[in-house]
Amino acid sequence: MIDVEEALARVIDGARSFRERKPVLIGIHTGGVWIAERLHKGLGLVEPLGTLDISFYRDDFSRVGIHPQVKTSHLPIPLDGRHIILVDDVLHTGRTIRAAMNEIFDFARPASIALAVLIVRDGRELPVQPDIAGVAISLKPWQHIKLTGPDPLGIRIMEKSE
Amino acid sequence: MAIEPDNAYHLRHFLTTEDLSGGAIGEILDTAESFISVGEREIKKVPLLRGKTIVNLFFEASTRTRTTFEIAGKRLSADIININTSVSSTQKGESLLDTVRNLEAMHTDLFVVRHPLSGAADLIARSVPKHVHVVNAGDGRHAHPTQGLLDMFTIRRYKGDFRRLTVAIVGDVLHSRVARSQIHALTALGTKEVRVVGPRSLLPAAVESLGVSAHTDMETGLAGADVVIMLRLQFERMSGALIPSAGEYFSLYGLTRERLARADKDAIVMHPGPMNRGLEIASDVADGPQSVILPQVTNGIAVRMAILARLAGASAGEGRTS
Repeated sequence: MIDVEEALARVIDGARSFRERKPVLIGIHTGGVWIAERLHKGLGLVEPLGTLDISFYRDDFSRVGIHPQVKTSHLPIPLDGRHIILVDDVLHTGRTIRAAMNEIFDFARPASIALAVLIVRDGRELPVQPDIAGVAISLKPWQHIKLTGPDPLGIRIMEKSE
Repeated sequence: MAIEPDNAYHLRHFLTTEDLSGGAIGEILDTAESFISVGEREIKKVPLLRGKTIVNLFFEASTRTRTTFEIAGKRLSADIININTSVSSTQKGESLLDTVRNLEAMHTDLFVVRHPLSGAADLIARSVPKHVHVVNAGDGRHAHPTQGLLDMFTIRRYKGDFRRLTVAIVGDVLHSRVARSQIHALTALGTKEVRVVGPRSLLPAAVESLGVSAHTDMETGLAGADVVIMLRLQFERMSGALIPSAGEYFSLYGLTRERLARADKDAIVMHPGPMNRGLEIASDVADGPQSVILPQVTNGIAVRMAILARLAGASAGEGRTS
């Protein structure tokens, strides 16, 4: 079983080498924001972190419709020319990250975007790989992994039928 | 006008506030809240309705509603076509549906309809295929549901919980589709007290049956109100003399600073526009610190974005049938 705190420590460790670029953290709702908050604390960053809700950028809108409880994307500081660390809980197909990057570019043109995730699983459908990762796990295609939280953070693996 | 009990019909079209529960209204307002931030961005656009075609089909003059629908659609990345046309009494019925069928053949995904006849949007909604959506942007005296919801959105943003609010709707309630949509929404949201205020000749006969109290006197009508909604005097819909003269109307029912002082000191003043300054509302009130008339217009974009996005999302997975 995955130790969340251990994986989180590895993400914080991996992000240290990015510190001198004065990175801006952006968490993807909802799990990614929880990880971003912990990473923000772990790195001792002063600037507030940003949050993204990618509902308006999803590529499956025409299949599943709009989520009734969309959260607001909140990017409190100008991102032009900044180095961004985009944070999510699980990297699976890569589609969420694609949507998040599209949204970021509607706000500004950052200098770079690095990707930090707590859990990397198999099943990629786009050429997206993490720069910083907590733990890698192999799951069956029908299994679904979910971060629970925010306090304490936990992991749940569900069979799709659930 | 009978409404199909079919639930899918309600999800595919947005025709009235009558069939909406407080919970359903709250959900739309929440979605609208998240669209507010899109209007505050550098790039005021999200790709949600990319590739969709929206036709603004207006058989009656409109500036605010048509423009805000157009902006809402464009901010969702849809393609918008505006059709403004007047309708003569001999061309009603069949020609309306013929127009719609022609536009449908051009692969329109969503119609936004304004028409001087009550029930026009509903008639169109019944005739279109399953993947096509219809939004009522005002039909006769019947309903103007997107205006009703943007007013609810504005009230919620300034005043919060409806269960503690007294709302006064003042003026020409008789001819007002906006007032009808507001009353249904306010009631569904559990508003503490809804009043209609105006001369008897401009209040519908059995208005109390809608769950509101009727006042013919401004003093009592406005007393302690948290929200004052002024309505436009609709001369174009009046047949015969319902008010003695403009001057006398203003002296009895015009919203002046002195009259507004009867309402709660933090009351907000609303008007769906277009305003008749000096007739139903004094200029210094319309432009005063309690007026939220311009924020209503801004909010209209976010609320209309929410309604367009929810309808387009409701046919998710069905695909085109033609």
